Amino acid sequence: MIELQDATKRVGNVNHIKPTNLTLQTGHFNVLLGATGSGKTSLIKMMAGLDPIASGKVLMDGQDVTRLNTQKRQISLVHQFFVNYPHMTVFDNIASPLRVAGMAKSEVEGRVEEAADLLQLRPMLHRRPHELSGGQQQRTALARAIAKESCAVFLDEPLANLDYKLREELREQLPDLFAGRGAVVVYATSEPEEALLLGGYTALMEDGRVTQFGPTSSIYRNPENIAAARVFSDPPINVAHISVSGAQAQLVGGGGWTVTGMADGEYTVAVRPHRVTPYRTSEADVELTGRVIVTELSGSDSSAHFQHGEDAWVSLASGVHAYQVGEDHSFYMNPAHCRYFSQDGKRVA
Amino acid sequence: MRTENQKAWFFVLPVLALVAFNALIPMMTVVNYSVQETFGNNQFFWEGLGWFEQILRSDRFQAALGRQFLFTALILMIEVPLGIIVALSMPRKGFWVPVCLVLMALPMLIPWNVVGSMWNIFTLPQIGLLGYFLNDVLGINYDMTQQPISAWITVVVMDVWHWTSLVVLLCYAGLVSIPDAYYQAAKIDGASPWSVFRYIQLPKMKTVLTIAVLLRFMDSFNIYTEPFVLTGGGPGNSTTLLSIDLVKIALGQFDLGPAAAMSLIYFAITLLVSWVFYTLMTKDDAP
Repeated sequence: MIELQDATKRVGNVNHIKPTNLTLQTGHFNVLLGATGSGKTSLIKMMAGLDPIASGKVLMDGQDVTRLNTQKRQISLVHQFFVNYPHMTVFDNIASPLRVAGMAKSEVEGRVEEAADLLQLRPMLHRRPHELSGGQQQRTALARAIAKESCAVFLDEPLANLDYKLREELREQLPDLFAGRGAVVVYATSEPEEALLLGGYTALMEDGRVTQFGPTSSIYRNPENIAAARVFSDPPINVAHISVSGAQAQLVGGGGWTVTGMADGEYTVAVRPHRVTPYRTSEADVELTGRVIVTELSGSDSSAHFQHGEDAWVSLASGVHAYQVGEDHSFYMNPAHCRYFSQDGKRVA
Repeated sequence: MRTENQKAWFFVLPVLALVAFNALIPMMTVVNYSVQETFGNNQFFWEGLGWFEQILRSDRFQAALGRQFLFTALILMIEVPLGIIVALSMPRKGFWVPVCLVLMALPMLIPWNVVGSMWNIFTLPQIGLLGYFLNDVLGINYDMTQQPISAWITVVVMDVWHWTSLVVLLCYAGLVSIPDAYYQAAKIDGASPWSVFRYIQLPKMKTVLTIAVLLRFMDSFNIYTEPFVLTGGGPGNSTTLLSIDLVKIALGQFDLGPAAAMSLIYFAITLLVSWVFYTLMTKDDAP
C-alpha cells in the first residue's frame, strides 16, 4: 500500500504537484491518467523517492518513507524508453537488482528464469539489449521489475514507444503479469482507452492534481466534474446548457424533461454520444431535432454531428443509418443517462 | 526496364579530383621519390626498395621510432584516464557548465607554435617562471635544455596540458547524452558509484572514447611543432620524435629518397595501429 498525504512538489517556486492525497492498495492495478505535463511522472518519482517532496508524507505499508532513499524502498520502475544495462546480457540485466541485494546464485537463477518464462524471453537470455527488438528490450525491463518482487512497481508509459501490435499484446498481458504478486502497480498513461482496457483503478490527473480516483468503471459512469466526464469518450461527450426551473430542465435549443433534487438555475448537462440515438429507446426519451452537419461510418457504427440550438451534438448508434447532411433529423436521448454539472464544472446530479 | 549507363562515374568525378589533388598526387610523388635516387637537375636513378631497407635497418630510425612509441604511450596513459576523471567531475547543469567548457576549450584554441614557445619561455631554467621556481625556490635540479629526463617531462606535460581537453570534451559529450533514466534505474537497483561508472557510463562512453583515443594516437604519433619549438629535439637527440627526425633528413640533409621511404613507413605504421585499434574496439559493437 502506498499513501500520499498532502504531498507536494515544487519546481522553482511553483507548486508543480498540488497537495495530493492518494491511497493505492496492494494488488491493485492503478492507472495514472492525464495529458502530457499533468504530473504523472512527477507523482511516480515522488512515490519512488527519485524526486524530493516539498511537503507532506509518503507512506509505504504504513511506514513513513518520506526521507528514505530510493534503494531502500523496494520498488521497480519501467520507463517509456528502454533502459537496460547496455553491456550485460538479458540474464544479467534481469539479475542485476538481485545480485546487488546479495541473493544466492541458485535463487537468482530461479527468479530470472521464472520472469523470463513469463515474458517469453528464455531464448534471448544470453543476448545483449542491442541485439533485441524494442518489444523484447521492454520485456527485459519488465522482467527485471518482476524478478525483483518489489512492493511497488511503477510503469511510466511503458508501451508508448512500441508499435501498435506489440503495444496491444503487452497491454493484454500486463495486468496478469503482476496479478497475485503482492505489489502496488502504478501505470502512467495519457491514453484514456488504455485505462479502460487495463481496468483496475484510475486516478485522473490534471495540472498537477488528482481530480478523481476510484475504480475505472465508476469514473466512467460517475465523473465528479465536467473535465472527468470529457476524458473517456470518442467521439467527444455531448455537453449542452440547460436551465432548471421548478424541477423542469429546459435545453436552450428546445426539448425538456423533469429533474429531481436540483435548485433552479443554469447547469451543464453531459451525455455520452451512444446514448443519443436516431430511434426511440424508451418512453422517457426526449426528442432533439437538429440539422445534420457531418456523418461518419466507423465499422458498423454510424455517427452524426448535428446542431441543436447553439450546441453541437453527436449521436453514435450501431448499425448503418442514412442521414442527409444539411437536413433536419430527430434524435432521442433518455434523460436517465444525463449527468449534471454546475457552472464551475462540479457534479450536481 | 532499367537502362544501364555510366552516368554514376560523372557524379563521382568531383570527389575523385579533390582526393587526387590533396592526397593521391602528393602521395604518389612521395612514392616516386622513395624508389629513386636524385642528385638534383631533375635526374633520377632507379633505386628499388633500397631506401626502405636502409631506413628500417638504421639505428637512428629505430631509436626515433622507439621514442615515438614511448611518447604516445605515455600521453595516452595520462590523458585518457585524466580526461575521463575530469569529465566525470564536471557539472552537468547550471551556471558552471559553460564556464568549464570554455576553460577546457582554451588550450586547444592556442596555435601549436605558440604552445611550444609558451612552454619554452615558461620552463627555461633561469628566466622561465616554472624553471626559476623549481630550481631556485624548491631547489629541484631541473633544466630541460640540458637534461633528457627534464626535457621528456616537459614535453609530456605540455602535451597533457594542450590535449587532455579533447578527451574531456568528447567524454563529457558522451556522459551528458546518457538519459537520466539510466541513473534512476541504477539508483533503484542500489548500484554503487563504481557500478554506475563500470556498467552505465563506461559502456555509453565507449564510442566517443574510441574516437578520442584514435585522435590522440594519430595526433601524438605525428606530433612535430610543439616539441620542435620547445626543445628542437634535444638535448642531443633525446626528444627527437619521428617527424622531427624526418624533417631533419628531408630538409636538413636533403636526402629526399630516404626521407620519402621513411614517410611511407611512418604512414604505414600510423595506419596499421589505427586500423587494428579501431577494429578491436568496434568488434562487438553496441550502439
